[in-house]
Amino acid sequence: MKTIIKSIFSLVITATFFVSCAPTTASKETRGNAKGAIAGSAAERVYVAPGEHDSHYAFISGGFSGQLSVYGLPSGRLFRVIPVFSQDPEKGYGYNEETKPMLETSHGFVPWGDSHHPDISQTNGSVDGRWVFINENNTPRIARISLETFETEEIIEIPNSAGNHSSSYVTENSEYVVAGTRFAVPFPQRDMSIKDMKGNFKGALSFLKIDKETGRMNIAFQIKMPGFNYDLSHPGRGKSHGWFFFSTYNTEEANSLLEVNASQNDKDFIAAINWKKIEEYVKNGGGKKMPAKYAHNTWSDDTHSATSTMEKEVLVVEPKDVPGAIYFLPTAKSPHGCDVDPTGEYIIGNGKLAAAMTVHSFTKFQKAIADKAFDGEKYGIPIMKFEAINFGVLDQPGLGPLHTEFDTRGNAYTTFFISSEVVKWNVKDLKVLDRHPVYYSVGHLMIPGGNSRTPDDKYLISMNKITKDRYLPTGPEVCQSAQLFDISGEKMELLLDFPTIGEPHYAAGIAADKIAPKSRKIYKLDENKHPYGVKSEAETKVVRKGNEVHIYMTMIRSHFSPDNIEGVKVGDKVFFHVTNLEQDYDVPHGISMIGANTSELLIMPGRTSTFVWEPKEVGVWPFYCTDFCSALHQEMQGYVRVSPKGSNIPISFTLDGDIPGEEE
Amino acid sequence: MKLKYLLLTLLFTVFISCKNDTEKKTTNTTESHSKQTAPKEHKGQAAVKLSEGEDANVLQVAMTYKDKEGNKPFSTLVAAVQAAGVEDALVNAGPLTVFAPVNSAFEKLPAGTVETLLKPENKTKLGFILKNHVAPANYPIKQLKKDVKKGRKLYMASGKYLTVENKDGKIFVGGTEVLMSVKVSNGWIHVVGDVLVPSDK
Repeated sequence: MKTIIKSIFSLVITATFFVSCAPTTASKETRGNAKGAIAGSAAERVYVAPGEHDSHYAFISGGFSGQLSVYGLPSGRLFRVIPVFSQDPEKGYGYNEETKPMLETSHGFVPWGDSHHPDISQTNGSVDGRWVFINENNTPRIARISLETFETEEIIEIPNSAGNHSSSYVTENSEYVVAGTRFAVPFPQRDMSIKDMKGNFKGALSFLKIDKETGRMNIAFQIKMPGFNYDLSHPGRGKSHGWFFFSTYNTEEANSLLEVNASQNDKDFIAAINWKKIEEYVKNGGGKKMPAKYAHNTWSDDTHSATSTMEKEVLVVEPKDVPGAIYFLPTAKSPHGCDVDPTGEYIIGNGKLAAAMTVHSFTKFQKAIADKAFDGEKYGIPIMKFEAINFGVLDQPGLGPLHTEFDTRGNAYTTFFISSEVVKWNVKDLKVLDRHPVYYSVGHLMIPGGNSRTPDDKYLISMNKITKDRYLPTGPEVCQSAQLFDISGEKMELLLDFPTIGEPHYAAGIAADKIAPKSRKIYKLDENKHPYGVKSEAETKVVRKGNEVHIYMTMIRSHFSPDNIEGVKVGDKVFFHVTNLEQDYDVPHGISMIGANTSELLIMPGRTSTFVWEPKEVGVWPFYCTDFCSALHQEMQGYVRVSPKGSNIPISFTLDGDIPGEEE
Repeated sequence: MKLKYLLLTLLFTVFISCKNDTEKKTTNTTESHSKQTAPKEHKGQAAVKLSEGEDANVLQVAMTYKDKEGNKPFSTLVAAVQAAGVEDALVNAGPLTVFAPVNSAFEKLPAGTVETLLKPENKTKLGFILKNHVAPANYPIKQLKKDVKKGRKLYMASGKYLTVENKDGKIFVGGTEVLMSVKVSNGWIHVVGDVLVPSDK
């Protein structure tokens, strides 16, 4: 009986303890107020325990690194840097023979790019996790990345464009991804005086059709717009689906000292494009094919290789030929971000030099078109009457508004570069609800599903341009950074600072369960159609063709086949075509050769990859596995004998003393 | 006694309702966040599931392989591996070559041997015997034949060496014949009819 009483006592104690974990009103209140001791709870809310997974993926642009980084939210942990526009020796991207064509352009091989605005493909107005698109600003291009393999599958160059900044945003059923030129340029390019810019330079807005099944992009048409700077853009959605909105600045068409000369007009424009109307016009034979030169590079998961094709023409549409398709919405002072709320009703211009935020109404805009409420025209394009389209202005919200994203509760979140803060405001009431400082000088912000009808509005990240004292110093060049906020409560709560690769412009976020289950694990060996791929060690060989030597090599734990090669001569061009025979998840092998003027290869299971080595010195030169693959990784190596030019030593190749595949 | 059960039920109820409240409170909270409240039980690499299209590893094959009659011929071996707690080693990147004794091999041992070895206090001894069946290397039959030709012995994870012989095209390891071979993702399984008891322990 005594023991029973004892256990009753302890059970009651335990029960009380558990009851105390029930939510209290106090804990609810603290959600919106991260101050004092309560701020400590932020750690719990970003802590993802060892072995647990994050709830969201964040694809954060790598800016001048040219790449796209993959982070987990809420932890802020970096998972992968996907090479897109720049060479990446870690993965062999842009160094191996298979991926080199991905970086071909009309200007030749360009090893670097400036990546800006990732955007995820959509179905019915929601992010679907099939592909992520990202634009390159410097040599205008748009890339498509598979979210099954997390590899760049396609890069298309944009002709008649320069500073491809107002891209790569996707319409709500992934009908189109757009590109818009930041710099007005001669269209087509020609030799002319810079000071004759005004009226003679043009601005190309390009609509790239996305194939529903494969994701393949093709430039459906380019609109030859006036020579303004097209800064950012967003698609209409819901009621405004079928329209696309581009912010413009430098409507002054200045060609020098833009920091002064492009700020003269009180208002610039948001260009509203009815792409459905133009699509119809083009379908009926409208537009004119113009000569152009631009690279279209595609990757094949069958051959594990990229192909670069130089396209020769593009379909150009003159605004004057499609009346009723393009309008200018006057918007205060050099708007940067051009954002559309989840309902598609509100179009927000973030006038970066303005004291107020401009909110246009799509409904009013449609009525104003019907009423012909125009305020003149520019280059034949009607300018809408400001009062006829404007829903309202948010006066004095902060300094230097750049970008706005939305939650599902009617609120907008805008970044302010100069006053270094994120401001939450109600779109309908035009009232500021909350403001939170960021550290420092924020550019873009991202709410997962931000460019869609259905934002996933628990988290917001701000991407900051300057960090100064926020991290341990690392010399003159310090961290790039993002900051994570919880926006589920009334007040925004700053939970976490985390460093990013440089420079984080925009980002795209999505719930992890839309991507993780279909993430590719291996490449099936029996589906490998690489022309130099082999399926077994018995097929491995070395073949000489003039001064080219082709090594058909395999790798498996823990050896190469063949691993002893003779008969190579100084002046030869040696191709290592290497197939990873593994069919086991997360067992890549690497290979590198002493003196090769290229990077290592990192080869996933079932995949074939090639690097070139041009031996310059006589000797016996080793190669080895660069990725710690197995317990016998340090044993995974081989030798190539290099004889003098003109030597008569024949090609031979062995593994453990025998020709691979030959019966002893 | 009844009272005790009643209280346990009560405690359980309280616990459940508490969990529900937590869920309610964090309607918008992520799954991982709600999971974080309880520390995760850390399982080893053996718990990683086989993904579609991927080849199975040594342990996965040993656990699922069935003969023509539908029997699992490696069930004693798997039980021994589990008792010794060496499952994780068999799913490792390796490479591994495992000489896998079928159930009847264990039956050949003196009566009571298996039962004794499976006792917790004999975990180390059992582990040592099992390691004598594993070579940290990639040895397909072709390689074993070559090893005979070149007079090589096999170094096993136990630290002992096994002889390898070629008798009219049949390969014998440690004196017992390799009956069948299976390629697995992290190496090879060679099926044998005897337990390869280490020589001096």
